[in-house]
Amino acid sequence: MLMGLYNYWAVVVLMMIGFYIVIAHGNLIKKIVGLSIFQTSVFIFYISMAKVDGGTAPILADGIEQYSNPLPHVLILTAIVVGIATTAVGLALAVRIKEAYGSIEEEEIQKKDNLDC
Amino acid sequence: MTIAIAIVRMRDLLAVSMLLGIYGLLSASFFVAMDAVDVAFTEASVGAGISTLLMLVAITMTGRTEHPGRHKPGLALFVVLITGGLLIYGTLDMPYFGSADAPIHLHVAPHYINDSMQEIGVPNIVTSVLASYRAFDTFGEVVVIFTAGMGVLALLLVVRRPEDINKIDSLNDSMHKEYLILRIVVKMLIPFILLYAFYVQFHGDFGPGGGFQAGVIFAAAIILYAMLFGMSTARRVINQSVIQFFAAIGVLLYGSIGVVSLLNGKSFLDYSALSADPVAGQHLGILLIELGVGFTVASVMVIIFFNFEGRRDISQNKEINKS
Repeated sequence: MLMGLYNYWAVVVLMMIGFYIVIAHGNLIKKIVGLSIFQTSVFIFYISMAKVDGGTAPILADGIEQYSNPLPHVLILTAIVVGIATTAVGLALAVRIKEAYGSIEEEEIQKKDNLDC
Repeated sequence: MTIAIAIVRMRDLLAVSMLLGIYGLLSASFFVAMDAVDVAFTEASVGAGISTLLMLVAITMTGRTEHPGRHKPGLALFVVLITGGLLIYGTLDMPYFGSADAPIHLHVAPHYINDSMQEIGVPNIVTSVLASYRAFDTFGEVVVIFTAGMGVLALLLVVRRPEDINKIDSLNDSMHKEYLILRIVVKMLIPFILLYAFYVQFHGDFGPGGGFQAGVIFAAAIILYAMLFGMSTARRVINQSVIQFFAAIGVLLYGSIGVVSLLNGKSFLDYSALSADPVAGQHLGILLIELGVGFTVASVMVIIFFNFEGRRDISQNKEINKS
């Protein structure tokens, strides 16, 4: 009976993997990777909600009765491109931090900041 | 999912970003299985292509390995398990996977599926929702992408002096003699990639595709060129200020279509104002808006890549001068 929910569980597991990377790792690039895994899990969540049994891709054609829901597709399509743009900003920040501090490890940055004050 | 776990374990960031690319490709194929062809298209070109590339460029600048450091995995694991448990508890009330009577399928979706052919006249429902029913949202997203491009520009922009260019040029030429086969093959491929991008752009009304995907593919072609022939050659072909101009033109085109319909007495981005026949107006509006989206996405992607590369050249030159 609970088997119908497995897609949500896969999403939760993926999301938690991303979350774990973000909080447990000190490397800024690794954190960005974790965030993008988190992000993809949300994409998968939306897309799997849009799926209808026996439905096809939402492109109108003769002789097809059942379509999957197009709305989440639209939302996620734009979200993916926005996601890469924001990831790029994050990476750019990491590059600048590397230039300023000589490291992208959270602890070393913290140490340098403490020395400065 | 196993790939995600592998990403957690790996310390070598190069391998991590490669795995991220594979992960992107896998999720793209998952999206095809879930009938979301447009989304799969975008994810394949963004997740497996551009994002891996950006990660790699960033890693060349920030160093390749992750320090072991003193993690507190116990506490983090505890928080993660609690959150995950609560989320799974929450899913128990969710509708079953694939059921047609889930709440999500009952509100606006039937309207889009049943009436979009009469109202918009475009077979691809995703395109008509994206560019017409929810054009306002898409406008916001295009502005976000534009802003992100400007952010990268602000963070990484380097003003290069003319004498630098000659030095880098000779360096690049000597480096790329070795990749002769690669360069010739890519030279033949690039026109086809560009042609395909235009096909995706203008065929988005009928099949999967549209401005977002076309923009990314177009940018991929230019980035491929820049990778194999050196940044300075690519800069000479495509001037950076021209690209910035195009990024702004895309947003401007989108916004001004909204203003045109506003001036014609309709609401913002109501394309039926563009032509006497509402359906023809919708066609024209969607075409122009997708064009604006394509311009902005392609140029912002190229801007991001060029600036990362420009930064890297500078830092490498510094190292060469030091040694």
